[in-house]
Parts: sequence; structure tokens; C-alpha cells
Amino acid sequence: MDDVLKIAGREIRSRFLLGTGKFPSHTVMRDTIVASGSHIVTVAVRRVDPDAGSENMLEYVPSGCILMPNTSGARNADEAVRIARLARAMGCGDWIKIEVISDNRYLLPDNAETIRATDILAKEGFVVMPYMNPDLMDARRLRDAGAASVMPLGAPIGTNKGLRMREMISILIEEMDLPVVVDAGIGLPSQAAESMEIGADAVLVNTAVATAKDPARIARAFAMAIQAGREAYLAGPGSIKKYAEASSPLTGFLR
Amino acid sequence: MSFFETIERYRDFDFADAIGRAGEADIARALSAERPGPEDFLALLSPAAEGRLEDMARKSQEITLRQFGRVIQLYAPLYISNYCVNECAYCGFRQGTQIPRMKLTMEEIEREARIIAATGIRHILVLTGESRRESPVSYIGESIELLREHFSSVSAEVYPVDEPEYAELVASGLDGLTIYQETYDENVYDALHRGPKRDYRWRLDAPERACAAHVRTVGVGALLGLADWRRDAFLTGLHAAWLQDRFPEIEVSVSLPRLQPQEGHYTSPHEVGDKELVQIMCAFRLFIPRAGITVSTRERGYMRDNLVGLGVTRMSAGSHTEVGGYAQGPRTTGQFEIADHRSVEEVSAMIYSRGYQPVFKDWQNL
Repeated sequence: MDDVLKIAGREIRSRFLLGTGKFPSHTVMRDTIVASGSHIVTVAVRRVDPDAGSENMLEYVPSGCILMPNTSGARNADEAVRIARLARAMGCGDWIKIEVISDNRYLLPDNAETIRATDILAKEGFVVMPYMNPDLMDARRLRDAGAASVMPLGAPIGTNKGLRMREMISILIEEMDLPVVVDAGIGLPSQAAESMEIGADAVLVNTAVATAKDPARIARAFAMAIQAGREAYLAGPGSIKKYAEASSPLTGFLR
Repeated sequence: MSFFETIERYRDFDFADAIGRAGEADIARALSAERPGPEDFLALLSPAAEGRLEDMARKSQEITLRQFGRVIQLYAPLYISNYCVNECAYCGFRQGTQIPRMKLTMEEIEREARIIAATGIRHILVLTGESRRESPVSYIGESIELLREHFSSVSAEVYPVDEPEYAELVASGLDGLTIYQETYDENVYDALHRGPKRDYRWRLDAPERACAAHVRTVGVGALLGLADWRRDAFLTGLHAAWLQDRFPEIEVSVSLPRLQPQEGHYTSPHEVGDKELVQIMCAFRLFIPRAGITVSTRERGYMRDNLVGLGVTRMSAGSHTEVGGYAQGPRTTGQFEIADHRSVEEVSAMIYSRGYQPVFKDWQNL
């Protein structure tokens, strides 16, 4: 069976998206991206310095990757839009992960401003991937505004707490006809697998990988877990069902 | 609303008693609390907590790693004028001190900027003494406009101004404001300051005015050693937390400068030891996990090296605290003695050697 993730018409080779912040060096970041097999990597525009020569982090992103700059640091839609345009001007392409955070204590995304930024940027031809609080109505608004996917948080960013928003994310997966990428809060490969088992299309991880003792190794573990979770989802796990689908012991007499 | 209300609430609070009473159970509770409150913070600053310093450090490291990752952001200070009408007993720039007074022209600022930018530094902190005549807001604004051409983020550490003036500086490209209360102890504050700076409340409310004028980052701190440092560290933490609550969109950071030998040979009546400095830093991290923590070149290399990984998120490097010091070397006297003279490159190498990455650019001028 063909199981290919498509975002904005593009085939994405891996369901493991990787963030590039918090690494101990650019070379460790590059080795980790390679080990992860990730096809989409996200980079904070605020950290990109095209004039930095060998210190320019973009030089360390393997060439086969789709670069998804993010608007980290934006406090409202206007700032996110300006950062996105800057990213495009820097030559980072048309993919943009919108992060609008107006609360620095918990770093929770501001859905209303995110929708506004999505609307503006989608019209300008960006492939918009918005980071959001998992709310179904807002996810629909994002879709209507032109988002290419929705990226609900599993738990507050950087907490490694896992899939705390499981119920809400399940609803998004059930209801949305856009790819659902679980972003933020995933601290362990098992939590990434859980996200995939419930039907998420992909998982984005940063902190748990970048701050691990051996980032490349845990990236491989995440890649395997994400693949395993996907396989389990496609297999339609039977163990958690209360009765077998093949027979209908209670209503079979109606035939 | 003002943080002054919090100060007033603690006016009759017996710090010595509360800190003296903190016992093992209080510290254990503070260490295991998911969100430590002010009482926990106080316990972590107590002498009794010294016995749990390693545990505090471990937790502080874990939180910092999760929140900020293996990175230390670098910046450089740029003193553009040392004219000052204040007399602060502990400061090398105070009025009446026999040091050459000067302020940089825009050409000179540009020359300094080029030298600093060539080291890779992208975050600059511009500083002046307090003189509305020699370094008026318009001069500071003009400097900021020039500096934003060379740096991705421009912050200022200048005398307190009113909200429209902060807004003017923000419009010029000001990204962040650093302003230290020096000491939150009003009596000591009053005794140490002469000149417009003596207005405690005007200075205390400056970060709020700057936040209201939409700076992006704000940094507070006390010059530890001027007064009872436990009390000052406690109120610094509360000040930062208060700003976070009231202005959730602003990035708040704290600094913990220790009093260093100055031109004026002011000696500290409340010296902060190395161990105590680490305790303060860890207590800050546990109480305000999302706040940035800055350590300047006031600290010697040995301390700075070992503070990497403990909680610090931002460091200055290759600093000169003399006006015009980058282009010509010291021709005036610095505001304080630099204890870590290493170049940006050397500090970067040190950070890498500790398993962390020096980050030169962490904001994008919009």
C-alpha cells in the first residue's frame, strides 16, 4: 500500500520533522538531521545570519531537506508576517512555520493571531504550517485561511511532557482533511509513537533531541518510533478493540 | 499598578527572621515544587539551602537545558558617553571623579560598531551615564538608529526616561532595556545616591514604562553587595516575575552583577561569595524558569566558565567599558573593572568546550 505523506502537493519522505534550536553546535545539528532521516527541518529566522560565513546555520542543513523557517519570537500576526517575508528574502524558500507567541511564560501559541498571519501569508503564496493550540474551530479557520497543515502542540513547548492534548488532537485528526503534525512537548520516542498510533500524519521534535546526551542516536530512535507508530495505525490495532470486527455476535441474527 | 505595591507589602517583612527560619523541609519542598512560589524562592536563598546547593544546581541545569537548550547568547556592551550628573558611591563614572569625560560622535560610534560586528557579535547593549544635557534621548535614539544597521538587536542601559521617550527609542530601533535598581532597599538606595538617580520610585517603575512602550525584552537586577543580597535577590526575582505576569509578551531577564572594586574604592558591606552567587543563580532559575539570566565580564573567567550549564543564558564577551574603548583601547577609565578579558573568539571556544553553542544572533530586526 502506498503510504506517502503529502503536504502542499509535495511528497514528504519522512514523517519525522526536526527542529534545529538548542543544539550544542552546528555540526551536531547536521549529524542529527542526517541520522533522523528528516525531510523537513525547521529553522528559526531569528537565528539565521546570512553574513556569518561558516557560522551561518543554514550551511549545515543537508541539501535534500525542505527548509521550513519559523517565526519564533513573533508576538503578533504582523511580526510573523514580517519574519516570513524576511525568510523568503533570505532565500529560505516558501515554506513557513508560523509561531505566534504572546505569552513568554508558557510559550503557548496565540491562535487568533496565527489565523490572521496564515491568511495573509497563504495569499502571498507561502506554504503555511501553523503551530497551534489544538482547537477544532481554530483548525478549521486555519484551513479556510489557506494553511497547508495544522501543527497542534502535544504539550507546552520544551516540557517533554508528551501527548497531554491527546483527546483534542484526536478530534483534529478525525475531523480535519489537512495533515495534522504533532508539534511541541514530545519528549520520548514512545510519545511520538503514541501520536502516530492515534493517526497523526507526522511529529515534530526539537528539545528532546537537541538536548539529549547523544542527539543523533535519539533522533534515530524517534525515527523508528514514528515509523512504528505509523505502521501500527495503518495496521488498525485490534488489541484495544473489545470485540472482533469480523463477527457480529450481538446483531448477526438480523441477516 | 506598580511593582512598588509589592515593595510596600514587604516593607515590614522580617527577612532576616524568615530566612533564618527556613529549614530542610522548606528547601525540600521548594526543590520539588512544580511552580515554586515566593516562599519557596526565599527558602532557596536561605543559608540553610547552601547544604542543598548541588541539588539546586542539578535542577537548575535541567530546567535551563529544557527551556533554552545547549546555547549561550553573546552580546557586547558599548559605552557611548560617560558624562554623569549622579553621584553613586560605588560607580567609576560618578560626578566629581577625576576621569576624562567624553561622548562619541556618530562617526566614532560607527567605528566602534564595525569593530564589534567584525567579531561576529550581533547583539549590542548601548550605555551612557545620566546626563540629559550631554547624552539626551535624541542622541541615544540617533545612536540606536545607527547601530541597528550593524546589529540585529540593540538594547540600552541608560538613565530612566518617561514612557513617550521609551516609545521614541523603540521607534528608533530599540529592542530591549536593561535597568538595574542597584538595591531594592530604599534606605540604602537613598544613602548611596545623589542626583536625579536618587528618585527610587522613578527608577523602579522604568521597566514598566519601557514595557508599556513596547520594548521586546527587559532586564532587571540589583548590584549585589550594596545591601543585604538575599533581600535584593529576592526582590529582583519578584520584580521579574511581576513583569512577566503583567507583560506576558515581553521577554524578561535578570542579571546578578556583584560589586567589583571601583574607581571610588567603595567596599561592599555585604560581599557575595562565589558559592552564594551560584545559589542566587539557581534560585532564580527555579523560581522564574523562563527568564533569561545574564552574566557579564564583571565575573572572572573561572566563574564564567563554570556557570555555563548552571542557568546562565546570556554572556557579554570581548567587552570594553571605556568610552571609545573598542577602537582605541582604554583612553578613559571604565565604569568597572573587567575581570574576564578574553576575546569573543576565546569566549566562544570556551563555550564550545563546555558542550554549548555560542549564539551570536537571536533576533531579527523587523
